[in-house]
Amino acid sequence: MSRRFWVYIEQEDGKVHPVSWELLGVARRLADEVGDDSIVEGILVGYQMEEAAQECLHYGAETVYVVDDPAFKNYLNKPYTVALTALVKKYEPEVFLVGATTLGRDLAGAVATSVGTGLTADTTHLAMGVIKENTKKLLLATRPAFGGNVIATIVCRDHSPQMATVRPRVFNPAPRQAEAKGQIIHETFEITPDMINAEIVEFITNTAATVKLEYSDIIVSGGRGLGGAKGFELIKQLADELGGVVGSSRACVDAGWIKYDHQVGQTGKTVRPKLYIAAGISGAIQHKVGMQESDFILAINRDPHAPIFDVATMGIVGDLYEVIPALIKEIRARKEAQNG
Amino acid sequence: MFHALVSIKQVPDTTNIRIDPETNNLIRQGVPTILNPYDAHAVAAAVEWKRKLGGKVTIITMGPPAAVTSLRECIEMGADRAILISARQFAGADTWATSYVLAEVINEIHSKDPVSLVFFGKQAIDGDTAQVGPGVAVRMDLPVVSYAVKIREVNLEEHYVIIERKTESRNEVIKTSLPTALTCEKDIAEIPYASLPDLVYSLRYEPEVWNAESPITFDPAQLGLKGSPTTVFKTGTPEKHSAGEVFKVTEVGLDGVVKTALDKILAVEGMASMLGVQK
Ligand SMILES: Cc1cc2nc3c(=O)[nH]c(=O)nc-3n(C[C@H](O)[C@H](O)[C@H](O)COP(=O)(O)OP(=O)(O)OC[C@H]3O[C@@H](n4cnc5c(N)ncnc54)[C@H](O)[C@@H]3O)c2cc1C
Ligand SMILES: Nc1ncnc2c1ncn2[C@@H]1O[C@H](COP(=O)(O)O)[C@@H](O)[C@H]1O
Repeated sequence: MSRRFWVYIEQEDGKVHPVSWELLGVARRLADEVGDDSIVEGILVGYQMEEAAQECLHYGAETVYVVDDPAFKNYLNKPYTVALTALVKKYEPEVFLVGATTLGRDLAGAVATSVGTGLTADTTHLAMGVIKENTKKLLLATRPAFGGNVIATIVCRDHSPQMATVRPRVFNPAPRQAEAKGQIIHETFEITPDMINAEIVEFITNTAATVKLEYSDIIVSGGRGLGGAKGFELIKQLADELGGVVGSSRACVDAGWIKYDHQVGQTGKTVRPKLYIAAGISGAIQHKVGMQESDFILAINRDPHAPIFDVATMGIVGDLYEVIPALIKEIRARKEAQNG
Repeated sequence: MFHALVSIKQVPDTTNIRIDPETNNLIRQGVPTILNPYDAHAVAAAVEWKRKLGGKVTIITMGPPAAVTSLRECIEMGADRAILISARQFAGADTWATSYVLAEVINEIHSKDPVSLVFFGKQAIDGDTAQVGPGVAVRMDLPVVSYAVKIREVNLEEHYVIIERKTESRNEVIKTSLPTALTCEKDIAEIPYASLPDLVYSLRYEPEVWNAESPITFDPAQLGLKGSPTTVFKTGTPEKHSAGEVFKVTEVGLDGVVKTALDKILAVEGMASMLGVQK
């Protein structure tokens, strides 16, 4: 029997969450580490899923199991948990990866409990390896813990599947192939009344949720060094100039200068942009764990000893109220020069 | 009657963590502990609704004896009863073994004194797993609303609750029947100032202590390290980030620092086209 490496394909209104393609990419690598009899398969639950299922094949899934039913139109914990539990019991995958998104964490925690297996949350590194001689390869799931102070590798020895949620934007997505190989298998599923224990009565477009810090490539964050809520106007100006979004340290959120949705850090969002600018932020460990994986970090701080400089790609010691306007001016000048 | 149960965890203040290199266990000695921040907001919400509807708030935690401090903090916020679930056998529990114990405890409380809402924090800041809430809910077969930001209505006569939750793209308003489990974001309620009577009451309050045999006899095979499907294989410290170059405005001048900064940023592959600025 093939060893199945499963990926949960997360979707909302038929739109697949990009983390799913990232997971198909990692699952492929893990399967290859184990051997030829391993296959990568996608699990898709929703309503009107034809197009999404087809996409999974383009992204390298060898099989896609699809549960397609009006009852699954919107995500709800219980019916999705029941469906996934049934699929896991039927096909007995060896590894099951789920995105560590809001939805994924809610679902994976419930599925692992209902299947009766272990789950490692929010992993940032995955490999297959033996932990004892002459035993089978296990999923070595590595994750930060204790506010990023510790990196722990966790294994699930005697239970199956070995489950992990995986942080978005850590792994590269699988390349999209022009040709869709592989097969789509439809799973029919009986919806019983006891599966429906919650009902969505309303959707609210959340303007704060459009901040989407965790998926932004450019973030300009302000800290207590701004001196007041008004300081965020300057931060916003720079962010707009760069096509980015506004982040914040917790100090500003606690002071009521900006909403919690903007908070970066241990009790806020973990971000991984291409460019992170930290202005007037000291760099407490709880802030750093939320942003230190950014590709390029520019720190602006008056204090040459601020710990933020320890993780900055480049640091500027100076007053942010001088540096940021100068930076904006320089960017504008270069944009103008380029447009003729 | 409205009866809210809040499951809280005392966590190490993560500024100050060390790991025993031999056992791979956390050295808790000398590390200050705090009530998990999300749990504090969950307690606040429970107390807020008790004040609206009457009734009571029960707090539970599974943890070492020192967790009494966090339980007292909840009493100070206005909770009525607190239970510490503590025994050696519970040590080393992962989320699976933790949710087993909590579900049994909540079932026991519920059988004597029916519970309307079971509150959890969104996640505990030491483990950051966000798994315990959904895990307990599944074991108890309760509806679960995670990432709750607002409780709109609790209707005790008609046995339903309406809760607003946050997803990545929008907010959803969910209606479930009581009892329901929820995991809370900080928005769920503001932390109240302690009233004087609550403060005084909390100082003398002694939480009940439950262990592995009494009043519930737990299945030893499902407890602690032994009952945990996941184990820590190894731990390490994260890679040190190397600090980059630092420029002082007083030395390089304002013009110098911003030009250097932009040049360095734009030198990163793909950055120029992303920012719409040429190198
Ligand atoms: C359990 C727990 C969880 C936490 N979670 C988070 C979290 O998720 N995110 C988070 O950010 N924090 C978090 N914190 C708080 C964290 O410890 C710090 O208190 C917080 O990050 C400090 O914010 P700050 O850097 O803006 O403020 P400060 O530490 O006060 O730093 C302000 C900085 O601005 C500089 N400055 C002042 N004026 C200027 C100027 N004109 N120009 C340039 N620089 C200037 C100063 O030199 C200073 O370095 C948490 C704390 C705990 C205990
Ligand atoms: N040992 C524990 N005792 C009581 N409640 C807990 C315990 N561990 C976790 N919880 C609850 O579960 C939530 C999520 O924790 P976690 O899954 O560890 O991130 C916490 O915010 C608490 O409400």
